Amino acid sequence: MEIFVFDGTLEGLLTAVFECYQKKAKDVKIVSEVHHVPDVFKEAFHVISDDVKANRVWKGLAKKLDSNWMKSIYKAFLSEQPATFQDLFEFIRYIIDNQPGAEANFGNRYVLEISQMSHKVHREKHRMEAFIRFQKTADEIFYAHIEPDFNVLPLLIDHFKNRYADQKWIIYDLKRKYGLFYDLEKVEEIAFDFTAEMSPALNALPGNVLDPKEELYALLWKDYFRSVNIPARKNMKLHIRHVPKRYWKYLSEKQG
Amino acid sequence: MFERIREKLEILADAAKYDVSCSSSGSNRKNENKGLGDAEGTGICHTYTEDGRCVSLLKILLTNHCIYDCAFCVSRRSNDIKRAAFTVDEVVELTMNFYRRNYIEGLFLSSGIFKNADYTMERLVRIVKKLRTEQRFNGYIHLKTIPGASEELLKEAGLYADRMSINLEMPTETGLKLLAPEKSHDDVKKPLDYIQQTITQFSSEKALIKAVPKFVPAGQSTQMVIGATPESDKEIMHMANTFYKDFSLKRVYYSGYIPISNDSRLPVIGSQPPLIRENRLYQTDWLMRFYGFDVKEILNDAHPNLDVDIDPKLSWALRHLEQFPIDVNTADYKMIMRVPGIGVASALKIVQARKFGRLHQDQLKKIGISFNKAKHFIRYADSPLQLRDYESGHIKALILSESSSKYTRIPKNQLSIF
Repeated sequence: MEIFVFDGTLEGLLTAVFECYQKKAKDVKIVSEVHHVPDVFKEAFHVISDDVKANRVWKGLAKKLDSNWMKSIYKAFLSEQPATFQDLFEFIRYIIDNQPGAEANFGNRYVLEISQMSHKVHREKHRMEAFIRFQKTADEIFYAHIEPDFNVLPLLIDHFKNRYADQKWIIYDLKRKYGLFYDLEKVEEIAFDFTAEMSPALNALPGNVLDPKEELYALLWKDYFRSVNIPARKNMKLHIRHVPKRYWKYLSEKQG
Repeated sequence: MFERIREKLEILADAAKYDVSCSSSGSNRKNENKGLGDAEGTGICHTYTEDGRCVSLLKILLTNHCIYDCAFCVSRRSNDIKRAAFTVDEVVELTMNFYRRNYIEGLFLSSGIFKNADYTMERLVRIVKKLRTEQRFNGYIHLKTIPGASEELLKEAGLYADRMSINLEMPTETGLKLLAPEKSHDDVKKPLDYIQQTITQFSSEKALIKAVPKFVPAGQSTQMVIGATPESDKEIMHMANTFYKDFSLKRVYYSGYIPISNDSRLPVIGSQPPLIRENRLYQTDWLMRFYGFDVKEILNDAHPNLDVDIDPKLSWALRHLEQFPIDVNTADYKMIMRVPGIGVASALKIVQARKFGRLHQDQLKKIGISFNKAKHFIRYADSPLQLRDYESGHIKALILSESSSKYTRIPKNQLSIF
């Protein structure tokens, strides 16, 4: 068993696969730097991310897998889960070592793991598309912050850009400390420090930076949410299955 | 000033909520003019009510004034309730501002009938036209067709709406005549048919000319109220099947009647809405649309009502044990979909995976089938040797004892007295 330490990027992971074949390594344990605990008795191999090597692996995969599967690899990677890094490593080797079409073998552990993890990440992306609530600021920017389970911001760009083409918006990931800013032309990555009056727990900007009508629409939305409920059908178990409690903090209609 | 618009929204959202359609999918309207919104592809549920229903559209009535007196409807003219009406601009503003904040996927606009059908339809059309042309709104619009409105108005509406619908209300003509003597199923069929024909006409023109405008790209739907009148499940589902076939409907919705009136023709206020029955009807609807079942296999003269304690697929399988067990490693895809506990996605995974080797129990479990249910109907690589055949009553009892069905106990939303 050899230990490969990579830098936590997709490029690094793909480089590790390349190195694995070059070194003719058999059993490899792949660990990202942040999760790596050095072991005195066992030396680890540090993978240095390399564009050319990573690209060769990626292109090789693209020859065998369709674009949906390539997206699944990317989505599973965005889960940032240590176990998924290993599954990805094994899955990629399994695809390279076998004839085209091997990805349909859902009886294979890694095929199933990657397929299921990419679904989980996709579901989190979809939840963000649903549960993000923008607040309009006085300078006409629609702002929302989130703390998703997985690093889904890169997956949200197209959806929000297509949909809100005529308004400026910011979506900020509090957990990973970066965000997306759309300026009516393009989407850029941004990072900023939070001031004290901004409450990260709730999706609520301080009143003095908001558009004068923001309060009205937040109120109308809350009213609407209450009005469409049918008390005779109340079913909280189903409600919570659809909107797990950890997402309530995003939803203005679920506050107070 | 806040108060007036708040009151209107409260009244007109409350009156619209019994229309259960929440779909915002199936359209192909892209944001190509750098406007607001995109209704391409799958729908999104932005939140859920406490009764577990999806909220994806701003669902409101333009007004709850109505010239009709349908016994099952809260807005009937003889009902003593607060009345209100939105202006065209109010609806446009609400829709745009809710959409910009990512609250909704679009607008679901219905209305009580005031003055006459054309007068009402004309107002509805004015709203959707303004949204599409002046506001460059590309979100989803579900518009109610007002029965009796002129064909010119319907045709114009279809150019702006993604989906249109008219409710059948009661599953049979007799039921409808009992509660709404002023209405008939023919009033519904005529406009459904007109819009369906226009959809077909537009799409055949599209094959010849490139620049044909969109016309109701997400198709039509309808809704039936369940449990207000004494129809059998067979009558309901056979009617749904006819409507799916005759008008190429995208969806039929089944809405369990919630008592809102002291009318002696209807269930009394406070009686439990038929939620389980509603769920079983939707399951049947799914079996018809996605699982290749013919409605007659599930509901027929020998079996006119669905079971309450088990789902319709399991019920069908127990009545047809001669077709089971099947071997998942060799059986036809269509037959695998018919196994209780195996869904469309799992069935697909099974037929793909078995090309690489015979499937075992642990693989089937990981693929995500409901194994405890399915195991009575399937064979796999490491199936245990079974010496005798079980009969259906025994299998049913086994499945019910192993699962904690949400329906075996008293409904949660029914008050317990003790």
